Amino acid sequence: MTVIQDGPHGAGTEPVDVNDPRLSRFDIVREGARRDDIEIVTYESQFQGTNSKAERRVVRNIAFLFLLSGAGAAVFLVFYIVWPWEFELGHARSDYFTPILGISLGISLLALGFAILSWAKKLLPHEVSIQDRHDKPSSDEDRLITGQTMAYLVDELGVQRRPLLKGAIGLGLAPLGLAAAAPLIGGLIENPHKDAEPMMYHTGFDPVPNEGKPVRLTREDGSPIRPDDVSVGGQITVFPGIPHGATNKYADSPTLLIHLRTDDAAAARSNADTTNKDAMWGNYIAYSKICTHAGCPASLYEQQTNRLLCPCHQSQFLITDNARPIFGPASRRLPQLPIEVDAEGYFVAASDYRETVGPDFWERP
Amino acid sequence: MKRRKFDLAQVPANVGKGLDDRYKAATPLRGLLNKVFPDHWSFLLGEIALFSFIVLLLSGVFLTLFFDPSMKEVAYDGAYPALRGAEMSAAYESSLHLSFEVRGGLFMRQMHHWAALLFMAAIIVHMARIFFTGAFRKPREANWAIGVALFLLGFLAGFTGYSLPDDGLSGTGLRIASAIMLSIPVVGTWLSASFFVGEFPGEFIIGRFYILHVLLIPGGLLALISVHLGLVFAQKHTQWPGPGRTNHNVVGERMFPRYALKQGGFFMAVFGVISLMAGLFQINPIWLFGPYRASEVSSASQPDWYVMFMDGLVRLMPAWQIDIPIGDGYVIPPLFWPAVVGLGALTTVPMFYPFIEARRLKDKGSHHLLERPRDAPERTGLGAMSFTFFIVATLSGGNDVIADKFHISLNAMTWAGRIGLVILPPLAYYLAVRICLGLQQHDREVLAHGVETGIIKRLPDGRFVEVHQPLGPVDDHGHPLPLDYAGWVVPKKMNRVGALAPAIKGFFYPVEKPAEAPVSPGLPPVTAREEREEITSGR
Repeated sequence: MTVIQDGPHGAGTEPVDVNDPRLSRFDIVREGARRDDIEIVTYESQFQGTNSKAERRVVRNIAFLFLLSGAGAAVFLVFYIVWPWEFELGHARSDYFTPILGISLGISLLALGFAILSWAKKLLPHEVSIQDRHDKPSSDEDRLITGQTMAYLVDELGVQRRPLLKGAIGLGLAPLGLAAAAPLIGGLIENPHKDAEPMMYHTGFDPVPNEGKPVRLTREDGSPIRPDDVSVGGQITVFPGIPHGATNKYADSPTLLIHLRTDDAAAARSNADTTNKDAMWGNYIAYSKICTHAGCPASLYEQQTNRLLCPCHQSQFLITDNARPIFGPASRRLPQLPIEVDAEGYFVAASDYRETVGPDFWERP
Repeated sequence: MKRRKFDLAQVPANVGKGLDDRYKAATPLRGLLNKVFPDHWSFLLGEIALFSFIVLLLSGVFLTLFFDPSMKEVAYDGAYPALRGAEMSAAYESSLHLSFEVRGGLFMRQMHHWAALLFMAAIIVHMARIFFTGAFRKPREANWAIGVALFLLGFLAGFTGYSLPDDGLSGTGLRIASAIMLSIPVVGTWLSASFFVGEFPGEFIIGRFYILHVLLIPGGLLALISVHLGLVFAQKHTQWPGPGRTNHNVVGERMFPRYALKQGGFFMAVFGVISLMAGLFQINPIWLFGPYRASEVSSASQPDWYVMFMDGLVRLMPAWQIDIPIGDGYVIPPLFWPAVVGLGALTTVPMFYPFIEARRLKDKGSHHLLERPRDAPERTGLGAMSFTFFIVATLSGGNDVIADKFHISLNAMTWAGRIGLVILPPLAYYLAVRICLGLQQHDREVLAHGVETGIIKRLPDGRFVEVHQPLGPVDDHGHPLPLDYAGWVVPKKMNRVGALAPAIKGFFYPVEKPAEAPVSPGLPPVTAREEREEITSGR
């Protein structure tokens, strides 16, 4: 290999007259490369002689790959058109629709890819070219000229000399910039505290919007719940018994109603602090299902240890002790819903939650 | 009138003349066709990301034709019997429709999702290549920062994308996103309320995420990818050191004929792999998750893999709540640190790494030759440290699944993650630096003494010595002259210096005469091979 020195490599070869009819096409290509400061060091066929056995073999393989690609595509088309694809329950022929599409298209594309790759890698001549990088920055003179030109621009505007303009531009453009941004951003801003009763602090169990009547605890289908409906050690997810109470409109309202065993209930009652005092009804206790950490439903109830586990980030809350967090990233206990039973024997919320439900935030009292 | 002669063979030349008359294209086009690209397999990792992005654009446009970004409640009445009658958002219903009632719709959905996963994976592996080889050094600092920004944009594109179907899993992700916004001090509730238009989930978020996902974020990706590629093109690719390669040249192949063809073939191969995955491997079966209900979640709720590191950090964060006793009292929830500060730092601090390293090394020069990871032990150590951190965080993002499958206590997994996140990265740093130094040492040893031949010679005085094959000339006593390290692979096996007979081509039977052994794996032979003598014990 030739010794490479810094500097344009094209200079290593002599320029030729491209109009010379004796030049081959490659000679002209080489001259073009030279003018781009490229030296083609090696450009040689990978085969000995023309039409050698090895070359014919490679050509055959590439042709096969192209044909395989076409065959894969044809299979794809045929199955795409004729195979039953509409969903049927249970094991059906349509189950194979997507896999067949994937396999046939995958084979077709891979075969095409490998055909092109082997064409480039095996049929085309090996090449080593060296191009000059031209990584030097602009000359000092050019830098000087451009720098002076830009400084000249500033001079000509005369902002430095005319302080009044400087101030006027600032005072004139800054409000315009704000005016341009205001309608874009302003329309998006929502005040979380705009309602008389800010939304973060209320759930569907708030009796005020319900004409002052206590809100019933209902199942997802809206049916109310009697104490007998929850067996000892059992739990049920309850929703506020108001219109759309079980929908995502009241995403903070889902509540877990748990029927504790007698001794656990006694423990829970004795552990209850001032906020949670008298919130239980008999051996029944209701906690917000919305994790105070990131808002997932803390729905995995471990009956033996009386823990609630949130499947998103594994915060664990101890039911018998005000649902305080005992493991994981949650730092705040689950709020307890004060419950009682109304005259008809159905569970109702004695009041709304006494603490803020849902993920924690800056101004939570 | 004389009939004009029409010469078909002259058409290309005439068209070319016409175009050049108008656009003066011949000279720049020649430069483009001739542009030399260095070649190495590791330079193709970024291409995988680019090709995945093209597949994403193609499949994504198809999906938009069927998707309805609306949160209007509808009752499902489609082909999937298990959900018939269920109340759900129009977005979820249209995603089910696309999966079950559009011919090939599920295939396109899965292709889009797999391409997204591959896109992010390729970005990370590509960034690792750039980092460990020092390709980010001057003059390419800006392109490194753009790459980091591309990762963040891809992350957001992925998150907004898998939130769109509004199934049980995506709703849970949105809920967590809302909690993350809420956790930001002072502005949290304002931010969340503005994003969701009131309280979570509101009726706007899918529509807003839709326009983010199909217009704003892809627009940003497209713009940054264009600048990224433009800079690679303008600044020319880096290259490994090797014969003839200097800091001021590019040794490789011209764009045409070989290089561009290889790129095209590689695109088809990547596309083919994505197709196979899309057909064979189910991904995000939204019909199993049901519509989003604020009260429902299943265990093993994991985000896409490139979000898992953040989920893991959130899981590992201890319950450290900061109370600020002013007025009614204010709170900074523990969620704020990993999800806002953590993600913010992890996606911005790396942008400045090139400048930090240059400052530390007082290195003001431009670098176009790559460094082997072993030659920059501290950088390699830092990379190993970051990757260990990322892996521990990502595994912790699935620690409930690991605990379940391997019957480990969930709390033990969390503690292992917490301790691992602190202990393992420094350990990885130390090990990586030691390994780098060891490899350097071995390189120098071989350069000084030659390759171990495995031949043991017994000296007349009874001692045994191993015969080394010098890599260069020897002095009068037969001792190798010291060789300089060239920053590239030092042959360490006799096979590498030609002791192995050239492989015979052909699968079942030899094709013609045996081929020449290549001089080095990176370079085809350019000079005739020297005649070799058999290595003997020296007798």
